[in-house]
Amino acid sequence: MKDDLGLKIGLEVHCQLTVLKTKLFCSCPSNYRGEDPNTNICEVCTGMPGTLPVLNEKAVEAAVKIALALDCKISESMNFFRKNYFYPDLPKNFQITQYDKAGGSPIAKEGLVETIAGIIRIRRIQLEEDPGKLSYEGTIVSSPISLVDYNRAGVALVEIVTEPDLKSPKHAREFLQKLRSILEHIGVCDGSLEGAMRCDANVSLFGGKRVEVKNISSFKEVERALNFEITRQKTMANVAKAEGMETRHWDDVRRVTVTLRVKEAEEDYRYFPEPDLVPITISKEYVADIRKRMPELPDGRKARFVKQYVISEEIAGVLVGEKLLADIFEESLRTRMASNLLGSWLAIDILGYLNRSEKTLADMKFKPKDLAELARKVEKKELTENTAKSVVIKAIEQGKSTFEFAKEGAAITDEKSIMDAVKEVFEANPKAVEDAKSDPKAINFLMGQLMKATKGRADHELARKTIEQAITAGS
Amino acid sequence: MKMQSAWEIAEGVRKGSISAVEIVEEFFERIEKHDKEIRAFITVSKDSAIQQAKEIEKKRREKKLGRLAGVPIAVKDNICTRGIETTCASKILKGYIPPYDATAVRMLKEEGAVIIGKTNLDEFGMGSSTEFSAFFATKNPRNLNHVPGGSSGGSAAAVAKGLSAVALGTDTGGSIRCPSAFCGVVGVKPTYGLVSRYGLIAYANTLEQIGPIANNVIDAALLLSCIAGHDPHDSTSIGENKDYTKFNSSAKKLKIGVPRQYFGEGTQKAVSDAVWRAIKKLEGEGAEVEEIDLKSVGYALASYYIIAMSEASSNLARYDGLRYGFQDSSGARDWSTLFSKDRKAGFGFEVKKRIMLGTFALSAGYFDAYYLKAQKVRNLIIQDFQRAFKKFDVLMGPTMPTTAFKLGEKTVDPLAMYMSDCDTVPANLAGIPAASIPCGSSNGLPIGLQIMATPFEEGKMLNVAKTLEDILGVYAE
Amino acid sequence: MKGISREDVRHLAWLAKIELSAQEEETLSKQMADILNYFKILDKIDTKSIEPAYHVREVKNVFRPDEPRKANPDEILKLAPAKKGRYVKAPKIV
Repeated sequence: MKDDLGLKIGLEVHCQLTVLKTKLFCSCPSNYRGEDPNTNICEVCTGMPGTLPVLNEKAVEAAVKIALALDCKISESMNFFRKNYFYPDLPKNFQITQYDKAGGSPIAKEGLVETIAGIIRIRRIQLEEDPGKLSYEGTIVSSPISLVDYNRAGVALVEIVTEPDLKSPKHAREFLQKLRSILEHIGVCDGSLEGAMRCDANVSLFGGKRVEVKNISSFKEVERALNFEITRQKTMANVAKAEGMETRHWDDVRRVTVTLRVKEAEEDYRYFPEPDLVPITISKEYVADIRKRMPELPDGRKARFVKQYVISEEIAGVLVGEKLLADIFEESLRTRMASNLLGSWLAIDILGYLNRSEKTLADMKFKPKDLAELARKVEKKELTENTAKSVVIKAIEQGKSTFEFAKEGAAITDEKSIMDAVKEVFEANPKAVEDAKSDPKAINFLMGQLMKATKGRADHELARKTIEQAITAGS
Repeated sequence: MKMQSAWEIAEGVRKGSISAVEIVEEFFERIEKHDKEIRAFITVSKDSAIQQAKEIEKKRREKKLGRLAGVPIAVKDNICTRGIETTCASKILKGYIPPYDATAVRMLKEEGAVIIGKTNLDEFGMGSSTEFSAFFATKNPRNLNHVPGGSSGGSAAAVAKGLSAVALGTDTGGSIRCPSAFCGVVGVKPTYGLVSRYGLIAYANTLEQIGPIANNVIDAALLLSCIAGHDPHDSTSIGENKDYTKFNSSAKKLKIGVPRQYFGEGTQKAVSDAVWRAIKKLEGEGAEVEEIDLKSVGYALASYYIIAMSEASSNLARYDGLRYGFQDSSGARDWSTLFSKDRKAGFGFEVKKRIMLGTFALSAGYFDAYYLKAQKVRNLIIQDFQRAFKKFDVLMGPTMPTTAFKLGEKTVDPLAMYMSDCDTVPANLAGIPAASIPCGSSNGLPIGLQIMATPFEEGKMLNVAKTLEDILGVYAE
Repeated sequence: MKGISREDVRHLAWLAKIELSAQEEETLSKQMADILNYFKILDKIDTKSIEPAYHVREVKNVFRPDEPRKANPDEILKLAPAKKGRYVKAPKIV
């Protein structure tokens, strides 16, 4: 996207602290996935009258880790505020969150994340509770009712708010990918879980009003939603319809944004200090202790990969883009050194295949050391690289934990078998055999028939040679 | 009628001279006989009470009886009781059966108290007369044409009439002390943080506490001893378990401050006379009495109402009819309309008004002038009390500026109703303990004397109350 | 501070999600103006150098251990007036 559009994109990323065993303010399990609706609930997270929140002690530690990883200034004291607004997924019709005005102090402020396309400033990060989940019969627009499941309500979120530093939808995606890898490396948020990382995007064009797009549930969706929204706003500008402040909903089924509410004025959330929770002090010693225990982060790991395994910056960058990928890489190398081959397989071929086929690394069932063994065989020229890669892809595709060079699927390389197959093809296609004597193109047809008959297993070079020889012999 | 005190009942049940079942049945007889005219109870839980009493009888044989064994207790209907309907005297919670017990209720049950019913209040505690109950007004047992005070009017009336041995009330701006004064019983608002608020259906979180209402100081102290203490479910609860029933009745060297501001222009002469008479008696027993100024108290009422309404506007947002409570069944097509209709039909006018004012006080552009300002004034009030308590053991004054007013007298003039809380709200803003004990009457209507102390000095405060009670005697008609 | 207009009352009612009758709007705009007028008494005190007393007790750092506890979801779900299966049923969103 060009600068002359005056494009401004800022993100509010919501990351569930999946490392926690319980929700932010009650003792319900934080893992609600796969549960029947409204089974993972208690009187606190459903806002039953008279209940009170009590802060999960591990939440502060997890949030401080994120703050450190994003180079933020950590507050010496933080507190919670109520954000008052009505919505069916919000059990108390206010959200307990943090605030940076009126005496409010979120856990951290002013950080930054480096991406290839530039530095993204972090405005603040804050702890807050997740709302419940709404579902619809059909789409949000067509559904006559909405169905509320509070299983997710009260799960601990860290909201990461960026400055409007993102340059394009693609940049937004790159940033989110990096953020996810950072969070996975510090082990607080498993971004591979559905809905564990979600974001709202603020978009404005041509200096127009800010439009907020909600309900973006993955990196692919962020790019799609932003592209849609930018095109929509451009079209609106062309027909000279002024953009008002608006909140829109990303409908990921139809892949469009729809109006959720037009803001009459600046939202009036009536923030005030949460009276049922007390301030939390975050001492320098506490932070220093966590800093000491911080694991290696993606940037550091990338630099180490380049140095330790002598692989390119690009490959190393892709590998650390996903913690599991980088782990697989290092795990593989533990037994066999073939770093360049493994690096490019993982970063290019396997990742490319996973993206194309909407699969994830979790779909890889084989062991990293087996992958390394394969790479070693290629290096020793016991196997062609193409064969190795196709075997790997097939294993992922079929969800197998072992690589299969099955008899059935093995290449036909012996001359006798090829000759037998050629004979059969010639007998079935006498006209083509005749044509081939004068027209080399007909040889291609016969090759095609042969490959079909052998289900593609005939060794390509040997087959062509055998056909050519047979034609020559017969003419 | 000579009332049996709670501590006597508990002692009798423990010894075996009183049967828990019989005593509970006796109280239900009184309820059946008198509550038709008093209307203290919203719900009477006879079956579960008898069941509880039977279990206590069983436990007696095992000698495992608590400090409140067999004591019938009425619980204000904004305190959650598992399995017993809890309405806050609001249509929006009609039929609501809490899935859990408030911590205070759980502690009482563990001590053997028997919950006999849930008492009437001003809807969500918003009122000073119990006339703003969505269901019916409770009457003052001392004079049926007068209000019992509020918002814990049902609890105070029940105790005064002997329909329950003791009761739990809640006090946000005087809601225990006001009806205690009007009905001639003892009411204690504990230090903020002494009693868990878990299960108290919030009106204004930073102001309110659950506390005892009883016919005598010993019972109030006994009840308080059973509900005080830290609760991990309430982050603001920091109290210790203490036994407040060990008294050392002496007024010698007791330093009493009497703030002039508590005898303002709206104070009835009969009230100030009765209060001063009582104070003089303590002076006669060796106490040192001094009049003082607590200037910021004049701003307490405005500060209190802004804070209470603001917090309420947020606390009461959850009543939208989706997860529990009243839902308008006329078939609103979108969620926002449904919520607005549920809340239209579910809330009474006074509640709506306070939500609206609180919404205003927190809204953009007005926050600083109202909510923030009120919290700053609150700090001045806290500091004023801190200064006073450097010099005095307790502060004393009237609980209410008047005796119980007539039913309907103040319902049309909201400010006049609010003004009647002028002497009770300062203690809530400062978070200090305050008690009301009967000190006389005027035209057959009781007068309450208020005793305030420093945070967590309930022991000292109740000691003074007991001394005074020993001098004045328990209130009698 | 100006009085409270009917328009102000309607806006606040919209924020607070309370439908009001015309009569209620009328009465509220009068009563609210009176009450807000009374609150002006606070303007008389200088509070420039005073901190707000958001919490009356100076309690800090209260936590709960991160240990799961299964609750009573059925008892809670039972309370919802409108359900569809195990979902709580609500009207449409947009």
